[in-house]
Amino acid sequence: MSHVPGNLGGVSSPPSVPDVLIRAHGLVKTFPKKHGEAFTAVAGIDFEVRRGEVFGFLGPNGAGKSTTMRMIGCVSPVGGGHLSLFGLDPNTRGPQIRARLGVVPQEDTLDVEMRVRDNMHVYGRYFGLPRAVIRERAARLLDFVQLTDRAEDKVEPLSGGMKRRLTIARALINDPEILILDEPTTGLDPQARHVVWDRLYRLKQQGTTLILTTHYMDEAEQLCDRLVVMDKGRIAAEGAPRELIERYATREVLELRFPLGEQEQAAEKLAGIGERLEPLPDRVLVYADDGEAALTEAHRRGLEPVTALVRRSTLEDVFLHLTGRTLVD
Amino acid sequence: MSTETISAAASAEATERSRRVPGGLVLSWRQFLYWYTFFYRTWRGTVVSAILGPVMYLTAMGVGIGTLITHGLPAGVTYLSFIAPGVLAAMAMQNGIFEGSFTVLGSVKWAGNYWAAVNTPQRPQDIMFGTAMQGLARTAAMSTVFFCAMVGFGTTHSLWSVLALPVALLTGAVFLFPMMAFSITLDSDQPLIVVFRFVMTPLFLFSGTFFPWQQLPEWMHPIAFITPLWHGVELCRELTLGTVTATSAAIHIGYLLVALAAGVALARRNFDRRLYLHR
Repeated sequence: MSHVPGNLGGVSSPPSVPDVLIRAHGLVKTFPKKHGEAFTAVAGIDFEVRRGEVFGFLGPNGAGKSTTMRMIGCVSPVGGGHLSLFGLDPNTRGPQIRARLGVVPQEDTLDVEMRVRDNMHVYGRYFGLPRAVIRERAARLLDFVQLTDRAEDKVEPLSGGMKRRLTIARALINDPEILILDEPTTGLDPQARHVVWDRLYRLKQQGTTLILTTHYMDEAEQLCDRLVVMDKGRIAAEGAPRELIERYATREVLELRFPLGEQEQAAEKLAGIGERLEPLPDRVLVYADDGEAALTEAHRRGLEPVTALVRRSTLEDVFLHLTGRTLVD
Repeated sequence: MSTETISAAASAEATERSRRVPGGLVLSWRQFLYWYTFFYRTWRGTVVSAILGPVMYLTAMGVGIGTLITHGLPAGVTYLSFIAPGVLAAMAMQNGIFEGSFTVLGSVKWAGNYWAAVNTPQRPQDIMFGTAMQGLARTAAMSTVFFCAMVGFGTTHSLWSVLALPVALLTGAVFLFPMMAFSITLDSDQPLIVVFRFVMTPLFLFSGTFFPWQQLPEWMHPIAFITPLWHGVELCRELTLGTVTATSAAIHIGYLLVALAAGVALARRNFDRRLYLHR
């Protein structure tokens, strides 16, 4: 494809320059509860986002991801600690920072009564872009998100996946230096998710800096260069997906299911196999570098699981190890 | 589909320029343009109702009810000439309240366009002023149509009458901002209905619009004096009947301006609280 929706201009530095676009140190956000004590959504986090990378916040609902994203997006005042984007303070330079961001909110905020093209138009005008520039970019971006043939249609009847893609196209209208996506594929069916991932992957290839939150570990693994695992307002771990898996999990995992009531006994018998055991309500996870060998050993000890599955470790296992809980409940 | 040809350099320059965020006036104007696009497809219906409404109103009041009422009016003034300026001000109030209600609630609750706007250089205050500009523009258009009808029905008796139009608009603004301040805090439209029924309608009826305020019971006079609509109605009437004095004009305008300032401050505060997510 010849067109390049990200970096339409030439305002960004070459990717070889490792400049830090976002810096957070001891970042805090506390909300006053209507009755009773304050609620701390973000409890002092540190991170840096560099130009050209895809940076992720992985965590379950309520981990503080969206709140962090809103502070980064300069729509929620920083509650404490330090946060800067492009070296600017969000609390005082919000509009200047937002002029350089593209934001895809968790819930679509499209004008459903307007046509697809008009949505691009009204949004572009908020940035003060000339009509001709908006027209040209809208055509190119709608093509990028495969919505060209729906340009004259109203937004209302579009599918969830199309709406999300339109929101992504709209967020790129100002040629942002950072694209922020809050749960970009939540609520989409598997096929629609893959189309969105494909588009985001293309943006990544083109060198667009992306920040995304997700509670899907496959999304984080496929897209993120680097991520932080968030839990209860804190960062539990930070690194590249592979790195985190190597650090916090074994190469493979053996998943065993036992008949009702027999799991507890089975877990006792499994003790000592692999590096670690993780009994879940419905199955037992055996962390071992060689899953097949672990299974052979389990059989040798006289265990007869209903199902046995050997798979590679994922970020889900990292999260489980760090917090003792699963990502999606 | 025609493909525009914009050079990469021109596009980059536009991006560069969009990074330099302008002042509040330009930002508010951009919000106004959003509303212009939004309402563009329904403007014909608005114009028809804006013209039909006043004509029907003045016909019914002047030719119908008006001929029955000769009692208690200032000397030499027909009932139609008496109520027309009052209705001008009261309708401006009504428009101000309507423009500050569903437009705002819908933007934050149903359509979400405010949530989209805050992700751009728009600040809550720009969104607020831009929305207000569009509400005032519509109020001005409606008031102008009504004023023209008033002239046509021969209810303007003084050259000062022309000033009744801006006064009516000021009256509308006095109600628009507090209404916006209220609507932005809501999550459902139930409270709006309450305002329409229990605030707007009584004001419409009891602020001296349809009968001289002196006919209200004595104890209600102070209440009339503190309602901004009463000041708007009185001043509009003094202007169209030619009875205005420098003192009365100063008192009415002064009161309306103070109320306007309070409303603007309240709207700014509430928009900031809601849109810069303090939740």
